[in-house]
Amino acid sequence: MAETTLEAAHSSEAHEKMGFWRAYLFSVDHKVIGKQYLFLGLFMGFVGVFLSYVFRWQLAWPGSSVPLWGKVTAPQYYEVVTMHGTIMVFFVAMPVLLGAFGNFLIPLMVGARDMAFPRLNMASFWTIFVGSVLLLISFFVPGGGSHAGWTNYVPLSDASKYLPGNYWGGNLWLIALAIDFASVLMGGINFLTTAIAMRAPGMTIWRMPLLVWQELVASVLFMLSVGPLIAGVVMLLCDRMVGTGFFLPEKGADPLLWQHLFWFFGHPEVYVVAMPGLGIVQEILPVFSRKPIFGYRMIVWAVIVAGILSFTVWAHHMFVSGMNPVLAEPFSVTTIAISIPFAVMLFAMIATLWRGQITFSTPMLFALGALANFILGGVTGIPLGTNASDIYLHDTYFVIAHFHNTLVPTAIIAGFGGIYYWFPKMFGRMMNETLGKIHFIFTWVGFNMVFIPLFLIGIGGGQRRIYMSSVYTYYKPLQPLHVIATIGLLIIIAGQIPFLINFFMSMFRGAKAPANPWNATTLEWATDSPPPHENFHTIPTVVRGPYDYSLPGMQQDWAPQAASVQAGAAQG
Amino acid sequence: MILGWLPQDVSTFGPNIDSVLKLIIYVVGTAFVLAEGTLLAFVILYRRREGGRAAFVPGESLRQLAWVLIPVVIVAILDVAIDVRAKSVWELVKEESPAPGLTVKLAALQFGWEFTYPGPDGKFGTPDDLVQTTFLTVSAGQVIRLLMTSKDVIHSFYVPQLRLRQDIIPGREIPAWFEATQPGKYEIACSQLCGNSHFAMKGILRVLSPEDYQQWVSQHWPKSGAGTGKSASSARPSLSGKEG
Repeated sequence: MAETTLEAAHSSEAHEKMGFWRAYLFSVDHKVIGKQYLFLGLFMGFVGVFLSYVFRWQLAWPGSSVPLWGKVTAPQYYEVVTMHGTIMVFFVAMPVLLGAFGNFLIPLMVGARDMAFPRLNMASFWTIFVGSVLLLISFFVPGGGSHAGWTNYVPLSDASKYLPGNYWGGNLWLIALAIDFASVLMGGINFLTTAIAMRAPGMTIWRMPLLVWQELVASVLFMLSVGPLIAGVVMLLCDRMVGTGFFLPEKGADPLLWQHLFWFFGHPEVYVVAMPGLGIVQEILPVFSRKPIFGYRMIVWAVIVAGILSFTVWAHHMFVSGMNPVLAEPFSVTTIAISIPFAVMLFAMIATLWRGQITFSTPMLFALGALANFILGGVTGIPLGTNASDIYLHDTYFVIAHFHNTLVPTAIIAGFGGIYYWFPKMFGRMMNETLGKIHFIFTWVGFNMVFIPLFLIGIGGGQRRIYMSSVYTYYKPLQPLHVIATIGLLIIIAGQIPFLINFFMSMFRGAKAPANPWNATTLEWATDSPPPHENFHTIPTVVRGPYDYSLPGMQQDWAPQAASVQAGAAQG
Repeated sequence: MILGWLPQDVSTFGPNIDSVLKLIIYVVGTAFVLAEGTLLAFVILYRRREGGRAAFVPGESLRQLAWVLIPVVIVAILDVAIDVRAKSVWELVKEESPAPGLTVKLAALQFGWEFTYPGPDGKFGTPDDLVQTTFLTVSAGQVIRLLMTSKDVIHSFYVPQLRLRQDIIPGREIPAWFEATQPGKYEIACSQLCGNSHFAMKGILRVLSPEDYQQWVSQHWPKSGAGTGKSASSARPSLSGKEG
């Protein structure tokens, strides 16, 4: 089946004949598409971080002129916070974790020649590209980008009288989001089909690497949750542009409907991002501690259980929204219960390190940093998921600090780890370790310097989405914490300079990478760096699970999944 | 230490909410320190040594998995403890509503607050209603019931010192209650993004001692029933014991 759907040229000579446009821009090769997603995600990431720099500067030193921006007005403040959230979640985390890593790695890891539907794959990238461009254009339409917050609550986002002049910004926000969702749906269909139908001989589902599992669960979660929100987005667009009243109370609608649609998608969406990020960490930890992942099957089941539970918790975002308070009780219990599968995953990851041989290469540093902060993100979810304490903490900076400690470790810190780890496979060259370590220290220290103070601001009652904190006297003692946080952000930004230098210099000048620079076991390391046009010279036969490190009685401390054809991988 | 950042606590249910927060911070704080401590210890103890070899511990047997599953069971038990403690506090704040000494209608709008008192006759919609903007004046030790509506978008009534937050949805009347314990001036903040001047949508909660409150009533309320003390607008006849 795979062979018949592959319409791309079938040899690497043909690849060279395709010319620049077919080979690099409108390619149907999953590896090229994965890199396209990576570049898009990185570019949008830098836009998103720039926006956070603008509003964090305003928060630390209200009313001062922000270098490279100028004075921030209140509408501009709400524009940059809205667009920061939208870009980072929908146009950075998803394209990088699903688009880049999912696309590049799933076929390689399961031993397929390409995705099941290569043209759909190309369409999915160009769809999100259009969405990204529309979202960026919205900065330049009259009134600027949406000011309604990344959650876009109605009726503020519905009738244009409530946000005067923001008509086109709000419309483009909705259109870009709908396009983004369509793109991820196309990608998800490909991920599922490829991993289900195109695995190499011997690659049973219980031999799939954990990253593949988590990409699959993430894709299923996305598919099952996004439908209601796509409908909601279209309805809201009709309200704004056609004059319907799906969400307008004066026409008899209930504004809470939007919140239910948004969070029914929004909570599984958090796991759509978190799971591939954890998957990356789980790929890196065994390699650099030379140990099997602890409890492979248990982790898979924990991922599946967490995925199922994620559909039962959405109203914890709405405890104080005005919904029936009795409903808050079951939602609080399910939310707290979701700590159980995540505790399984986190403890298993820590146990993987026990009696290992740990090397602190750059990918491992990012993986350990991600793990350390994901624990913090996990435990700080408890006071928010508990209805009684959420009455006080809801809509404060505690919420901001909590979800950044879940999403940044997975999407950004683990994402960087993944870049350092798979860069040799993607580009055939090694990245510089020293620059990588500097990048890690600045990013990780800076990140904690931003968000630990924000937890304290939240406990002090400091609200989010406040343009001028000086309006409130209770905010005064909290203000110095905002200054610390902003300095932390400046440290993060400074740390990205060595990354950019390293990334682009290594791409052209880095040392040539061998096929398997880390002595890793999974299938992507059983082919050239970078892999040839159809990934494998001959499709490998899989003979074992993905994490057989330090097997007793073996000379070398790793046993590749592929039956050995290469010299040196022979087990005897 | 962390809870030292909490603002002053001036409502009757505030200590209950703080106690839930305290319980959670102790529980998750301990879990956090243990998990991070173990992580750090492993990273230091098991760093690579020349000629060393890692142990082969796949974690497939129940015997090995117990190292993860037993801590997870402890997590689950602590989860239940948190659920149980939180349930009673949530019900106290959001579900049970004690008989009010005074009912005030609150209208939120871009970007301000309007408070309507029932006036001496204790009924809304009569000529002796008193409307105040920005300032909500109440007596300490009196149960205040708020009936909240919005004139435009979603707002949220938030007073950090009361530990009370409740969103206000247009098209509905949303109830809330509190009883302040200490006289003083506290800020009312809108806590749901409501437009470009959301940050400036501030009101003031003025809690007076019962005597000062009586004086305020006699100065500001329209004279007709002259403070009969009959103030509850709901069907419930009970008073909180203080003049309304």
